[in-house]
Amino acid sequence: MNSDYSSDEMMTIAASRALTNKDVCFVGIGAPSAACNIARLTHAPDITLIYESGTIGTAPNILPLSIGDGELCETAISTVPVPEMFRYWLQGGRITIGFLGAAQLDKFGNINTTIIGDYKNPKTRLPGGGGAPEIASSAKQIYITMKQSLRGMVEEIDFFTSFGHGDGSDHRKSLNINTDGPSLLITDLAIWKPDPISKEFTVYSIHEGVTKQMVQDNCGWQIKFFENLEVTKSPTELELKTLRDLKERTQRANSRKEDN
Amino acid sequence: MAEFLSLNEAVSENLKEGDTVCFEGFTHLIPHASAHEVIRQKIGNLTIIRMTPDVIYDQLIGMGLVKKMIFSYAGNPGVGLLRRFRDSVEKGWPNKIEIEEHSHSAMAHAYEAGAAGLPCAVFRGYLGAELREVNPNIKTVICPFTGEELTAIPSLKPDVAFIHAQKADKKGNILIEGILGVQKEAVLASKRSIVTVEEIVENLNSHPNATVLPDWTVSSICHVPGGAHPSYARGYYKRDNASYIEWDKIASDRDGFKNWMKENVLDVGVEVFQNRIKNLIENDNE
Repeated sequence: MNSDYSSDEMMTIAASRALTNKDVCFVGIGAPSAACNIARLTHAPDITLIYESGTIGTAPNILPLSIGDGELCETAISTVPVPEMFRYWLQGGRITIGFLGAAQLDKFGNINTTIIGDYKNPKTRLPGGGGAPEIASSAKQIYITMKQSLRGMVEEIDFFTSFGHGDGSDHRKSLNINTDGPSLLITDLAIWKPDPISKEFTVYSIHEGVTKQMVQDNCGWQIKFFENLEVTKSPTELELKTLRDLKERTQRANSRKEDN
Repeated sequence: MAEFLSLNEAVSENLKEGDTVCFEGFTHLIPHASAHEVIRQKIGNLTIIRMTPDVIYDQLIGMGLVKKMIFSYAGNPGVGLLRRFRDSVEKGWPNKIEIEEHSHSAMAHAYEAGAAGLPCAVFRGYLGAELREVNPNIKTVICPFTGEELTAIPSLKPDVAFIHAQKADKKGNILIEGILGVQKEAVLASKRSIVTVEEIVENLNSHPNATVLPDWTVSSICHVPGGAHPSYARGYYKRDNASYIEWDKIASDRDGFKNWMKENVLDVGVEVFQNRIKNLIENDNE
């Protein structure tokens, strides 16, 4: 076992392992973007990565800071206008996985990235939904990745930016949402899947070296665990090296170039 | 027919107090120089539209020129929150702006509907999303053929659109390459438009399916090299990611923000932009 890695690295690598060569993935910025590119650079070189800036089949050599960095366009198979991206490719049902992050998440995979507090008089105004509200309903499945915290994983989110499973069970179907919704949650401590009936996110695998108690201590709702709880294997040398090299290249590219 | 003007003239001729205006560019080709010119001319009481109202809208809001903002993602992409926008919405400084919030898909559809001359955009959106409850401009229509309930929002029809592009030819035809965003739609949806360009060339030499705005769709063209900085212009210079990261700190307090705006916007002219891209020129490997 390799114990010389951070929980952040474990999260990104565990998320990357969930992706396959067959996936057409609509990539959110931040942790999802890192995971998708590690998958592409390790076991899933043929994965199709799509960013909402219109870049289809992109293969960036560094992680983009924004969803529209030049690197994405230069390495893409094609770049389409933004209305076409949302209209044909997302709404048209071409995306197999929407990969999102969250500021606040509840047990049914509903996401808030809009406000903390009241909408009209917010305590904290967050950026808002961007592409997420329609990604959440149009992509066949939704994967979510975020660091666990009591502030982030809550019993009740302050705002339904993106609909997950609502109140659970068949709530999506009752709203005429015909896609699967959130089917995987990867945190820095565990991997979660929805209960087949209730749709509540349930811990499926705990990362090597993490205890059940640690997962519960960093989650705001009372957690359920699947019966045959698995252990997530720690990162391999190749996975770690790929991630660290990518981060290092990215940091170098984003640092200020001084006059000579 | 497009007129070639200085940016100063183009702004004062086309943009009026109280107008509805969009500055578009999806990370790429963001018309920073134009926004700074509007700030220097202190044209206020504006309704500003932009999918991702990043640094330039943080600046317009912080300078007190905004009455209302229509948007879908108010963040500094990849960096964090917009501090001046937050100060306005959370604390009312320098004024509390009115907001009309959408999703990206909705905004893109609404620009497209504006360009198409339609009163509204129809799409499958906001399913289960709470923006429906707080934005009265999100409504539903029933498909007359299938009975499916769809989402409708008003089309976007700004008074003025600002965009930045790579090239204009001598006649005024505009070429945009790379990440295209919603700029073509924004120009065609707007009554008037101002395009800043990196370069004015004899001939665009573009391929048959290139994104070209014919000269008669544009009001004014201004030659502003570097005019998208710290955003970028494919083929000319790279995104200045360090500047975006630095903006988070600059905008974090009111005085720091005001000082920066005085030094870098109010007390300078449009010509500063070409100097800002010197270290970012493409194919310049260190």
